[in-house]
Amino acid sequence: MEFNSNFILGCSAIGAGLAVIAGIGPGVGQGIAAGHAAAAVGRNPGAKGDVMSTMLLGQAVAETTGLYGLLVAMLLMFVKPLLP
Amino acid sequence: MEHGILLSGADIDFMVHGVAKYSFFGHEVWITTTHVCVLIIMLILVGFAIAANRAIAKASEVPSGFQNVVELIVEKLDGIVDGPMGKAAPKFYNYIGTIFIFILFSNISGLLGLRPPTADYGVTLPLGVLTFVLIHFNKIKYQKPMTIWKDMCSPLPPWLPVWLPINVISNIAVPISLSLRLFANVLSGTVMMALIYGLLKWIALAWPAALHVYFDLFSGAIQTYVFCMLTMTYISNEIGDGTRR
Repeated sequence: MEFNSNFILGCSAIGAGLAVIAGIGPGVGQGIAAGHAAAAVGRNPGAKGDVMSTMLLGQAVAETTGLYGLLVAMLLMFVKPLLP
Repeated sequence: MEHGILLSGADIDFMVHGVAKYSFFGHEVWITTTHVCVLIIMLILVGFAIAANRAIAKASEVPSGFQNVVELIVEKLDGIVDGPMGKAAPKFYNYIGTIFIFILFSNISGLLGLRPPTADYGVTLPLGVLTFVLIHFNKIKYQKPMTIWKDMCSPLPPWLPVWLPINVISNIAVPISLSLRLFANVLSGTVMMALIYGLLKWIALAWPAALHVYFDLFSGAIQTYVFCMLTMTYISNEIGDGTRR
């Protein structure tokens, strides 16, 4: 079956939009990490530096899954692997 | 962009461009903007290194001027390595310091109007592979073969290597996730800035500076820190208490 290339591009755009929904997870995860870090600094303000660096490290690792979604979206939009 | 994905049809440009091409054993190979940017960053770093060498060669007991700056940078970098590496830190001052400065300069080169080299997967994958090689080199150097085998079969007893393929895959995933994390972060910043400059044209006068601060400086510095921290954490996991086998 032959598809029009505009149809494929449109479907790719929809797929890219769906792929970026992956951003929800890291958002929630990073928020939880930041909240707990704030609580930790409130309990022990002396350890602010350590808490900050640990939080940033954990958040950056949690961010990875969202970035995978972003990469898929970018591939669909700009590399267009589905076009014949 | 031939298809009007972005309806304005503006000249949005964040791709890697070829500058010159040459033939390499019959393959067509391109010198791209990434190579040029890496070259510029390299020249800057080499120039700084030579200047620093001069300053340290005639160092005085009480530092002044440029010597102060160099000592501050070296102390900060060594301080970053000291945290996670512990006793093994002196061996890794050079490597971690080098990749830290290189990645940092690559990430913030977007401020200078260059396309950041780390927004090209060809730059970040070798960095990830270097980390992978270091992890396994230190694993073989500091652990007994029996311990490595036990680790590889980890949740199950060592005479039942059912779990082995999964552990191998999780080992291989380390460099891939490291390099993709850096790549995607820098690429997303680059794309965002290209969209803002391409779509808004003259409206984008002064305020994208704030976005530059976030995407290039803040995000770039955080990702540099994270890459180096994760590299050091993985390596120091393998080194353990630092006794040779």
